[in-house]
Amino acid sequence: MKLTLKIWRQPDASAKGAMRTYELDDVSPDMSFLEMLDVLNEELNEQGEEPIAFDSDCREGICGMCSLMINGDAHGPEVTTTCQLHMRSFSDGDTITIEPWRAAAFPVVKDLVVDRSAFDRIIQQGGYVSVNTGAAPEAHSVQVPKDAADRAFDVATCIGCGACVAACPNGSASLFVGAKITHLGELPQGQAERDGRVVDMVAQHDHEGFGGCTNIGACTAACPKEIPLDVISQLNKDLRSSMMRGR
Amino acid sequence: MPDTTLTSDPSHDRPSGGSYDDAAGFYTLGEPLVDPKAPEGPIDQRWQQRKFDARLVNPANRRKLDVIIVGTGLAGGSAAATLGEAGYNVKSFCYQDSPRRAHSIAAQGGINAAKNYKEDGDSVHRLFYDTVKGGDYRSRESNVYRLAEVSTNIIDQCVAQGVPFAREYGGLLDNRSFGGVQVSRTFYARGQTGQQLLIGAYQAMERQVKAGTVTEYTRHEMLEVIVVDGRARGIIARDLVTGEVETHTADVVVLASGGYGNVFYLSTNAMGSNVTAAWRAHRKGAYMANPCYTQIHPTCIPVSGSHQSKLTLMSESLRNDGRIWVPKNKSDADKDPRDIPEEDRDYYLERIYPSFGNLVPRDIASRAAKYQCDDGKGVGPEVDGVRRGVYLDFAAAIERLGRDAVESKYGNLFDMYARITGENPYEVPMRIYPAVHYVMGGLWVDYDLQSSIPGLFVTGEANFSDHGANRLGASALMQGLADGYFVLPHTIRDYLADGPFEEVPADHPAVVEAEKSVQDRIDHFLGVNGTRSVDSYHRELGNIMWEYCGMERSEDGLKKAIDLIRTLKDDFYRNVKVLGAADTLNQSLEKAGRVADFFELGELMCIDALNRRESCGGHFRAESQTEDGEALRHDDEFAYVSAWEWAGEDELPVLHKEDLVYTAIEMKQRSYK
Repeated sequence: MKLTLKIWRQPDASAKGAMRTYELDDVSPDMSFLEMLDVLNEELNEQGEEPIAFDSDCREGICGMCSLMINGDAHGPEVTTTCQLHMRSFSDGDTITIEPWRAAAFPVVKDLVVDRSAFDRIIQQGGYVSVNTGAAPEAHSVQVPKDAADRAFDVATCIGCGACVAACPNGSASLFVGAKITHLGELPQGQAERDGRVVDMVAQHDHEGFGGCTNIGACTAACPKEIPLDVISQLNKDLRSSMMRGR
Repeated sequence: MPDTTLTSDPSHDRPSGGSYDDAAGFYTLGEPLVDPKAPEGPIDQRWQQRKFDARLVNPANRRKLDVIIVGTGLAGGSAAATLGEAGYNVKSFCYQDSPRRAHSIAAQGGINAAKNYKEDGDSVHRLFYDTVKGGDYRSRESNVYRLAEVSTNIIDQCVAQGVPFAREYGGLLDNRSFGGVQVSRTFYARGQTGQQLLIGAYQAMERQVKAGTVTEYTRHEMLEVIVVDGRARGIIARDLVTGEVETHTADVVVLASGGYGNVFYLSTNAMGSNVTAAWRAHRKGAYMANPCYTQIHPTCIPVSGSHQSKLTLMSESLRNDGRIWVPKNKSDADKDPRDIPEEDRDYYLERIYPSFGNLVPRDIASRAAKYQCDDGKGVGPEVDGVRRGVYLDFAAAIERLGRDAVESKYGNLFDMYARITGENPYEVPMRIYPAVHYVMGGLWVDYDLQSSIPGLFVTGEANFSDHGANRLGASALMQGLADGYFVLPHTIRDYLADGPFEEVPADHPAVVEAEKSVQDRIDHFLGVNGTRSVDSYHRELGNIMWEYCGMERSEDGLKKAIDLIRTLKDDFYRNVKVLGAADTLNQSLEKAGRVADFFELGELMCIDALNRRESCGGHFRAESQTEDGEALRHDDEFAYVSAWEWAGEDELPVLHKEDLVYTAIEMKQRSYK
């Protein structure tokens, strides 16, 4: 396959960025999208142009490190991570636009790399169960209904990639926050801190500059792990009830 | 430095009763090692005794003690959380943009624990026994027993954190059996157990960040250890965004930096997984143990082209119902496999190993697949002149069980395969090939997890102690969390009881030297301005390692590999092309440093493999096999850990042997009969 690639180049956070156009021949449909970029980078290196910086690590769809807006879609046209997107999803002669995640709370670091540390700071505000190591009761001392455990697992599969934020016209991270609230809220272990958790995490979310949720649903449509939209309802419900209880 | 003596003349004639030394001339022999902290007495009381003997640190003094932890996977993240909770001042480093992305996240299968919830005869002793046996008696008995002992606490801890393990309808935890083990002791969270456990550790660590006991340094890479008066006192790290070379001092340093399987270039490891932290420590005096032990999985998705960047593992459970074959005629390689009649297929595992068939142990399955492909009978795309794939055919299973039954058993794996290859495995046979998955070698540690540099502790896959020559399924996650949550926090306090140590000034010669060596390397790579990319070297090194130090090793092959590595390394230093600047995010520069270390490690792996003229676990020496092609161990000669000391640039490495002594378990030869 022969492709025309329009790629965002930005030397660092403070520099002005611009789209650059590259032609790439001999793209195999079996390549992952990131392998296609690897091949382009080898060519650029050969030609003396600095390779394009982009994030990736596990390349098997679980670490959440890869990103990229591809033709305006977070992680591209398929519901998956960019590392699991393959070039057979494109056609010979295509022009593909590749940009970094777009959100004020995810500043560009370089080229296609953005800073997602805001997610860590949100988790720091209560995205955990406070239990010191060694202080845990016997695992079978608390039963968890299978339905609750399954639901908790389904939403705990969030990989923190940030596609939800990039896809949202408001740049909201409500799906990310809602997933964690719901994961811990489904389990008996998460109840003690439930009220404080939602208030503090939402406050940090807003503080980081993520936008509000207006129920558009672009987040869940882009989520490679198919986190359902109702985690945001759960988030709002938890927020209301904690306020009613005076948190 | 211990006395060293040169090994004997490289003669290959086996003296009667003596042993071969294929590695003669490639190393010098140092003094034997003993593990000075291994407690005496009954095995089930050793850990309790050691915990009691380890000195305590007053809570008020803990906040005066600085701990550096490199890596945020299961071992590093759990250690950071636990030491933070204890009140130490922890600095945590990772090269990713968030601690949550460490490669432990990709582990699928599960985590073992001797809970005996199924009342099917499991016990701490049985888990210990299975692990030592699975490791082909090349792990350390006391360490493995401790691992089995604390395994039960791990599950309690993770459940309390909210890890959503699979449950039964009664609300209790579910278990399954894994990797051929006959008891159900594996706890799991669908196929994403590693992710859920890692997120648990990450959340516990983030809680400590908020509490102010842990400071996290993301997008930082450790490039040097600072050793002052024989003790590890800090690290030099590069901020990967600004390029700044930073000095961080501490009272103690913990490496939890994972494994080095990426020396093979293609592996199931994350792209950034590297050996640099461990290797820089090795060059500063930490011994590297059993580096040649590599675990290879038989059921990965094959390479599709020379662009391939990594390999994806599929569960070995596929071999329960899939039949493995290749075309008898090389000319059929390109044909649609469905058009190849039965009589033209070679179900080679069923033919060669009729009693085990497609379920032969993974090392045999892996080697057999490679033989077929090397013989020109592989299928799938031709990459670098060879087709590297064999069919894993479910047609018979679908006919026997029905498509629905197959789908309910393996549906997610089939979907993953279809996504990556673009082929429908319900219609066309899958293609599989072996791939590097895990390394059992790593930095040598004593029972306290302390390396041969005082004050430098090593946990998880980065150390060598628990898995021996092979790793049982669902035991890597167990070790990472055991080390970080339950072992290191106890042993490190004994060391820290002597702290805080005298402050290391910024102009201390050891700091200046470490900073300079980092800076020199950076300057070198940016200054070569040669013609070849870093990746092209890494790929070539990986091919050498895979071909000669992969599934099967021979004396000739390993010696050839050492030659090839030395030549390629020399070319790398003179001809590599790294563009960009030092004071910015520069991924080529990051890779250059890592590949440089892989060259040195790769050579040592070959020397280690040469020395070990026996087959055990993931190490198969062609010269040591039974008539049936099974691995043949030599307990009389090789029941030792090989711990290698760095003797200096252009010097031969020094081999220290630690004899493996089993008191609670009897060594038995493997048999697949």
